[in-house]
Amino acid sequence: MGLLAGLRNSISNLFSSGQKQRRIGIYGPPNAGKTTLANRIARDWTGDAVGPESHIPHETRRARRKEDIEIERNGKSVNIDIVDTPGVATKVDYEEFIEHDMEKDDAVRRSREATEGVAEAMHWLREDVDGVIYVLDSAEDPFTQVNTMLVGIIESQDLPVLIFANKIDLEDASIQRITNAFPQHETVPLSALEGENMDEVYEKIAEYFG
Amino acid sequence: MSEADDSSAGDADGSGVQLDMISGERMDQLASMEKIRLILDSVHDGNIVILEEGLDPEEESKLIEVTMTEISPDEFTGIEIETYPGSSKSSGGFFDRLMGRETETKLTVIGPANRLETLHKDETLISALVTRT
Repeated sequence: MGLLAGLRNSISNLFSSGQKQRRIGIYGPPNAGKTTLANRIARDWTGDAVGPESHIPHETRRARRKEDIEIERNGKSVNIDIVDTPGVATKVDYEEFIEHDMEKDDAVRRSREATEGVAEAMHWLREDVDGVIYVLDSAEDPFTQVNTMLVGIIESQDLPVLIFANKIDLEDASIQRITNAFPQHETVPLSALEGENMDEVYEKIAEYFG
Repeated sequence: MSEADDSSAGDADGSGVQLDMISGERMDQLASMEKIRLILDSVHDGNIVILEEGLDPEEESKLIEVTMTEISPDEFTGIEIETYPGSSKSSGGFFDRLMGRETETKLTVIGPANRLETLHKDETLISALVTRT
């Protein structure tokens, strides 16, 4: 956690009698498994889901918030709202959706909604979140410009951040590659789809955002 | 009108690819939105923009946001942008600014997504292909 964020938390705790509700944004590139993770967390602690999951990029095109999730681990508990955000990209081409057997009109509409969603996600990051879970696909190269820029933007906001190396159930997964890409942050391996290592996920959430 | 604006028709006959190399000194004189406008206007013209000192994280965030609002099917699909990954270690956070520590500068390449393709990138090398479309 950054020095400023820690200081801010300490001051906040001094003056608040109850537990503060923190808004945690789930960020990352398209298809990293952000919605699968949001659904896993929401189902484990509230029984509800957040939104539909898909292998087609930009399935999530609006930020979705799930409120009042209380996570308890090792005597620590944290009350959070999780915000599942659209995958961030610097380009959106409707032809990418046509390759997923979509009609042109649907593909164009999806791309328009996707661009609005990315802009919305950037706005949330600058204005409306208290911490970030940055989700990466462990089977993909983490050295991308979007990852570099987003982690830099998060750091510049002095927000506490956890890197989640998702999809460790895949054959090509490499946790070390992600650790090497962002050595300044703690990396937690998991498979949101299979529910692997969720105990550590919840421990870290309670520790970082509690 | 800026010199970069004047040169927007540099590839009018489609015979080449125009590079706009913008110094840190020139960018320092501009407000954030002026920087973003300068970059995107050039990229809309099909040019490749090379920034000597790059953008700060908040400007990068706004660049993504404004780019998204300008994407149009069959006309503009967005931008390709590259800097070295190590730049994320230099956050330019509050205490850095308070203590007068400058954000690390980073050479940045920006182009239209349909003309600039990154072939390879690691901590020390960016290899990109520029096409004439």
